[in-house]
Amino acid sequence: MIEISDVNKHFGKLHILKNIRLRLKEGECIALIGPNGCGKTTLIKSVLGMVLPNSGEITFDGKSINKDIQYRTHIGYMPQIGRYPENMTIGQIINMVKQIRNSHEAYDEDLYEKFEIEKLLDKRMGTLSGGTTQKVSAVLAFLFQPKVLILDEPTAGLDPLSAEFLKEKIIQEQKKGKLILITSHLLSELDDLISQVIFMQEGEMLFHKDVAVLKQETGTDKISKAIIQLLKQDKA
Amino acid sequence: MIRILKFVIIDILKNKVVIVYTLMLALFSWSAFSLEDNATKGVLTLLNLILLTVPLVSILFSTIYIYNSGEFIELLASHPIKRKKIWNSLFFGLTISLVLAFLLGAGIPIFLFADIGKAVMMLAVGTLITVIFIAIAFFSAIMSRDKAKGIGVSILLWLYFALLFDGLVLFLTFQFSDYPIEKGMVVLAAFSPIDMARILMLLQLDVSAMMGYTGAIFKNFFGTSAGLVISFFILFLWIFIPYRISLSRFKHKNL
Repeated sequence: MIEISDVNKHFGKLHILKNIRLRLKEGECIALIGPNGCGKTTLIKSVLGMVLPNSGEITFDGKSINKDIQYRTHIGYMPQIGRYPENMTIGQIINMVKQIRNSHEAYDEDLYEKFEIEKLLDKRMGTLSGGTTQKVSAVLAFLFQPKVLILDEPTAGLDPLSAEFLKEKIIQEQKKGKLILITSHLLSELDDLISQVIFMQEGEMLFHKDVAVLKQETGTDKISKAIIQLLKQDKA
Repeated sequence: MIRILKFVIIDILKNKVVIVYTLMLALFSWSAFSLEDNATKGVLTLLNLILLTVPLVSILFSTIYIYNSGEFIELLASHPIKRKKIWNSLFFGLTISLVLAFLLGAGIPIFLFADIGKAVMMLAVGTLITVIFIAIAFFSAIMSRDKAKGIGVSILLWLYFALLFDGLVLFLTFQFSDYPIEKGMVVLAAFSPIDMARILMLLQLDVSAMMGYTGAIFKNFFGTSAGLVISFFILFLWIFIPYRISLSRFKHKNL
């Protein structure tokens, strides 16, 4: 569904993405993990067209993303740090995005109800706490029933109850056969969600493996343990 | 694009600065016409006020507005909206609001006091100057990610066009006063939209005689319809070129 071939990105002297090659298919739930500053967010933003790679190509359903931006209709994106116009209220933001998307499909308002956004509609974005901003980002990402969900640190800043709601929602969407790409530092959270792991370090993709294979290779039963095991092997 | 444009205009109008700007222009215009005993003198006073304040407000307000729209741009960029549409919506949103402010604030008194030919020229010149300085604001805002730097560049550009350029021209005139430089002055005027606008307006007021021999040369060039077309064309280039450069840079910007 999404194919990334030989993508390179430089920010000045920094080489953020080094020859990234990936194939992501429908129905997969992929965890993108790696240390801070390894290029996860840059990779995600490249897929969204917010960052333009210096070389390489990214295709969505076989079409290059540079040519036609309509592919973004099928992506729900939840940024790591959602930045919104400060003087607009939550209600205005949601309305604006709805009007601009002009989508004719039914809205998915599960999270809107679960997070009780209704009560917060008049709050200005500038006054919101980090967690509430995350809730707004989550609602917007799921609202248009996208085929692909790209979630950058989705549970960071959410209270345990809300994080649980979001996790349930992600599992529910995965069962519908959607492609889900998640980055998270909290590996334990991902255990019951994901089917594949991509590990990045300093802009390079170290591996892309099935969770089952990974657990078998390392002889562990948890992803977090498996990753740590692999990193130790690497250093040794 | 209309949908995004609507949000931009509502957002600008919510920001009271544009309304205060309209009132300020109205105050300037009414007082200029009521202080001077004849309308031509009133227009002349107003011209100097407008050529100083309109570029300043247009360039500063637009630069700051573009920087403050960073979040808005980021939000839209993850949705299926072309970058060109986002940038155009911001540009037309600012253009519509500031031109409307100018026409409402200064336009009404000008039409009431000055005769129709002068009034039309004054409004055309004021509108063009507004849009030109919005375009220059887009140019300086895209050059740097740093807000303070971008606003600084805008202020310097305004200083250059509003004050420094005149000084430079004066310096050149004195240095080369022994040579026939009058034709060169016509060409030089094209490098500053404010001066170009001033010359166009002064010729309408028949005070060009005060500018001496250069004034006569100006009259020979800008007074003809071909000269008029060329000058308006150059003013349009002042909008088109900075804006196009900013647009092509925005298309490749990392958000």
